[in-house]
Amino acid sequence: MRLKLEKRLQPSRLMVVVTPILSVLLTMLIGVVVFDALGVNGQRAVLDIFITPFLASYKWQDVATKAAPLIIIALGLSIGNRANVWNIGAEGQYVIGALCAAGVGMAAGGNGGVVIIVLMILAGMLGGAGWAAVPAVLRTRLSVNEILSSLMLTYVALQVLGYLVGGPWKDPNGRNFPATAPLAPDQMLPILIPGTTIHLGILVALILPFVFWAIMARSVFGFQVRVVGSAPHAARHGGFDSKQTIWLAMLIGGGMAGLAGALELTGALKKIDLGFPSGYGFTAIIVSFLGRLHPLGALIAGIMLAVTYVGGQLAKISVKIPDSTAGIFQAMMLFFILASDILVRYRIRLVRSPKATVPVVVPGE
Amino acid sequence: MTDTPARLALRGLTKRFPGVLANDNVSFEVKPGEIHALLGENGAGKSTLVKMIYGIMQPDAGEIYWNGQRVTVTNPKAARKLGIGMVFQHFSLFEALTVFENIALGLDAKVAQRDLEASIREVMNRYGLKLDPQRVVSDLSVGERQRIEIVRALLLNPTLLIMDEPTSVLTPQEVEQLFVVLRQLAREGCSILYISHKLHEIKALCETATILRGGRLVDTCDPRVETSRSMAEKMIGGNLKTIQKPVGRTFGVEKFVVNRLSMPGVGAFGISLKDITFNVKAGEIFGIAGVAGNGQNALLLALSGEEPVDDAAAISIDGAPIGDLNARRRRLKGLSSVPEERNGHAAVPDFSLSDNSVLTGRDRLRLAVSGLIRPTAAKKYTDEVISNFAVKATGNDAVAGSLSGGNLQKYIMGREILQKPTVLVVSQPTWGVDAGAAAAIHQAIVDLAATGSAIVVISQDLDELLSLCDTLAVINGGQLSRSMKVSEADIHEIGLLMGGIHGETEAGAAQHAA
Amino acid sequence: MGFDVIASIMTIVGLSTPILLAALGELVAEKSGVLNLGVEGMMLLGAIGGFAVAVMVGNPYVAVLGAAAAGAIGALLFGFFALTLNSNQVATGLALTIFGTGVSSLIGLRFTGRIVLPFGSPFPPALSKDPFWQVFFGYSPIVYFALIMVVAVAWFLNRTRGGLILRAVGENDLSAHSIGYSVVGVRYAAVAFGGAMAGIGGAYFSLVITPMWAERMTAGRGWIALALVVFAGWKAGRVLIGAYLFGFLVWLELFAKGNGFGIILPQLPLQNVPSQFWAAMPYLMTIVVLAIISARPSGGGNAPACLGKPFLPSN
Repeated sequence: MRLKLEKRLQPSRLMVVVTPILSVLLTMLIGVVVFDALGVNGQRAVLDIFITPFLASYKWQDVATKAAPLIIIALGLSIGNRANVWNIGAEGQYVIGALCAAGVGMAAGGNGGVVIIVLMILAGMLGGAGWAAVPAVLRTRLSVNEILSSLMLTYVALQVLGYLVGGPWKDPNGRNFPATAPLAPDQMLPILIPGTTIHLGILVALILPFVFWAIMARSVFGFQVRVVGSAPHAARHGGFDSKQTIWLAMLIGGGMAGLAGALELTGALKKIDLGFPSGYGFTAIIVSFLGRLHPLGALIAGIMLAVTYVGGQLAKISVKIPDSTAGIFQAMMLFFILASDILVRYRIRLVRSPKATVPVVVPGE
Repeated sequence: MTDTPARLALRGLTKRFPGVLANDNVSFEVKPGEIHALLGENGAGKSTLVKMIYGIMQPDAGEIYWNGQRVTVTNPKAARKLGIGMVFQHFSLFEALTVFENIALGLDAKVAQRDLEASIREVMNRYGLKLDPQRVVSDLSVGERQRIEIVRALLLNPTLLIMDEPTSVLTPQEVEQLFVVLRQLAREGCSILYISHKLHEIKALCETATILRGGRLVDTCDPRVETSRSMAEKMIGGNLKTIQKPVGRTFGVEKFVVNRLSMPGVGAFGISLKDITFNVKAGEIFGIAGVAGNGQNALLLALSGEEPVDDAAAISIDGAPIGDLNARRRRLKGLSSVPEERNGHAAVPDFSLSDNSVLTGRDRLRLAVSGLIRPTAAKKYTDEVISNFAVKATGNDAVAGSLSGGNLQKYIMGREILQKPTVLVVSQPTWGVDAGAAAAIHQAIVDLAATGSAIVVISQDLDELLSLCDTLAVINGGQLSRSMKVSEADIHEIGLLMGGIHGETEAGAAQHAA
Repeated sequence: MGFDVIASIMTIVGLSTPILLAALGELVAEKSGVLNLGVEGMMLLGAIGGFAVAVMVGNPYVAVLGAAAAGAIGALLFGFFALTLNSNQVATGLALTIFGTGVSSLIGLRFTGRIVLPFGSPFPPALSKDPFWQVFFGYSPIVYFALIMVVAVAWFLNRTRGGLILRAVGENDLSAHSIGYSVVGVRYAAVAFGGAMAGIGGAYFSLVITPMWAERMTAGRGWIALALVVFAGWKAGRVLIGAYLFGFLVWLELFAKGNGFGIILPQLPLQNVPSQFWAAMPYLMTIVVLAIISARPSGGGNAPACLGKPFLPSN
């Protein structure tokens, strides 16, 4: 008896939805086991990381605030991943986007208002897209692998950040601390629910997935992305240009990352310091996969991963495990979703091993 | 009889696949030191037969005798042990590695490097296979690469060497060099089984020719004595459907004109197209015959627009040059195409039929407007295709990859035909398709022509072309023969053209790869 | 104070060695056709693995073995998903990086604040502490190991049958399979080797550079190692050159921060260039070099043909 992988006639729609859920559940299960083995209360830890943030209403605003950038960046990355374009530099595009938004804010001299804010946001999107244009050019003109080029630019972006907030953009009233001056109150996004940190950017993060869903499902562009990623020859047969697809995928990825950065600045953080890069650009990759590269999936997965961030902080207090543990869980979810991909395309069957037929060679001598 | 037994004797070899009898009771012999041709069109059963000799497959019935003894060849390793070597048509070489490394990898046993190098040089010198063992394969010409495969086979000291379509991508000079090697091998007592469809080569090289058609052995003859005509006739056979002279079919103006279309080959094995010229009138069905691997794929890509050419005037519809337009723009000009590969090229296997309709129909049928897809329109069109062409599918949302070959092909043909193209170019319209679906597709093509479209059918099935088309040309080595009316066509001439013998004084295929 | 050439050279060697080790390991993996982006994660696993063993056992050589094992385990985890389950190699590698970073941090908690003896030179102090000769003899055994491995890897790949088979698997997995070689087996071995080397590279941080553990202490060097393999055109000798070039560029930042440009080349106003420029330099240079390499007629044409592609035999 052995396990045999049998290709399905058509990819299982059920599995497409079930596998992310399965991945999360498996991660939780293994988490309990691992923590118990490490001498920590496994059930409590997993509960706090995965469940408690849903239940504790005072934590919802934290989840929402963390989910927003994750969702927005993941939306952009999903498009690229669908088309086999790998933008690993979202973190850098996020930072550059925020810096551009801050720059516009400074240029406005502390004045605010809707127009200024919109300009700041646009600057953020353009900055992120521009930062992603470099790997796009390198890929389409010179066939340079966009994974490496976009990643290298992330490190460059971090240095740009260090230079600006430690130098020309340093807050003169900030006690020599490397950070930009805080934005003026009317340069900030409005808070939607008074008394909370829920800002307009969160609403944007809730709405955009539906917009992207519509675009991906209904537009020719969405169609193009899907075809290019699924069957490149058919894409060419259908008259789609692969270079153009690469450009758009990178620019959208960068634009979304830049948007997330700008919204984070104007909605939550008010200023940029060296701690601004919080790894959202990388976590968003996990969000994108966990959401099966689908915009609504990005929404749900983004919330899920934000929960693990917030839960991680809760668990730090309740069972004394470090922040970094959240990262382990996130990686596990990614592993599981990648592995369970196979269930979408193949069915697992138990089969009897066939009896080996043994014809014998009877050579001349 | 006191003469030595045949090196290889096949008696009643039979092999069945679902729906097809690939080899039907085939018997013949190869003498020691004989150069023996195995001749036939695609689908005649040559490669199946040879796979059984080399141990890749087992026969369902019949016996194989090796030097008079009955043997069962379990796998290629066993075949090599017997002394059977094979040089395949498609090489398995490692591009980035050197000649020496490629040969070393292909050996069954571990041989010390120094000994191996000496053996290789010895083989190369003995047979005049000039190759520098340190050169990297990617730098080599196709002829040189083949020599690697030959050296690999010769190192095992074979007494039967099987060559599978060895000259399909060689220059005439390289063909001559190959013949020198083969003749020397034969002189030394090695038998050669030479698979080919190229009549002039077989006449030049071989002493015996076994001709297969439709899985059966037609004849074993001496090509040195036999005429090309008679061999071609046997290869194609008298099993043809009677050609119906088209009744009351009138042709209109010239719709589709291809004028000196040339395109360089892509990749090491790519066939380049040279000066392809033909034209198709409204209502006319134009067929392009040829054995596989003579440029049909390249031609389709050039005509469909997936590989635009620089010379815009090389291809025109209703007088308007379209040669430099991509596939989408050509569709807007009224040209539809159906490539040979169903899954992955003509259709996206993971997409629904409805989405696949959007793939090619979005502009002409307004299935997408202002950048947005209209799913209802797409579904409606797909339903129309499904019902008109009797496609067995669960609905317009069925995933393309789940359809059977015949049904998917019906859908694809229907998708294009119902777009009412001015020009339809289709490659292998009924390959791998059951008889019922094939008939439906043929009828659909004839009906489309009746509405005034110009149709080009590229096919390896000569029967299909002769029953379907009004005019015919043969592609060989990337070049197209003159066009001839099917009703006046000389079957023998077609066979000769397919076999690479041109009526014109142009030298045979001079397509040197890349 | 003059400019201390010897100290600078030694620093550069130290900065280059982890990158060299990780890149050599990844080179072998990629030559077999596998793209493992988890190098950073494997380095961190090696860093904590080596450090933990050093704390518990005390013997630095055993610690290095522990680091190699830790890296290899990470690699095998990657291998299970990418080779056995045929999951997307890019995403799986990223998952390994994130996972390795997290696991190392978690395990590292127990070892924060602990110190071990730095894994210093095996040569007698007469050589290793001599103001001049230390430039040859003053290094940790890991440094010499890395240099030896350059030769060993090159020899293995180009001169042995095993290396030939490995290269064949990376060039044309289907042909290798039809000849009879175990594609998956060879790739597992290559990937495990890559993990072991990355692990040792990571251990260099925790056992030599600063003989203690800190979260994320490899600071992105794993990514540079990945770029380095491409930059070196998948040739071991060029990996050596590239690693030292990067070491030099990384050192340049330290040099600039220490006002080195005030001492050397004071005529050029280089000391006014912000330090972040120098910090960014290795990454910028990587991009430039990648662009130059790809623009050449042969393109990045030395990449193993099957790199990153899943192995899908038709049977």
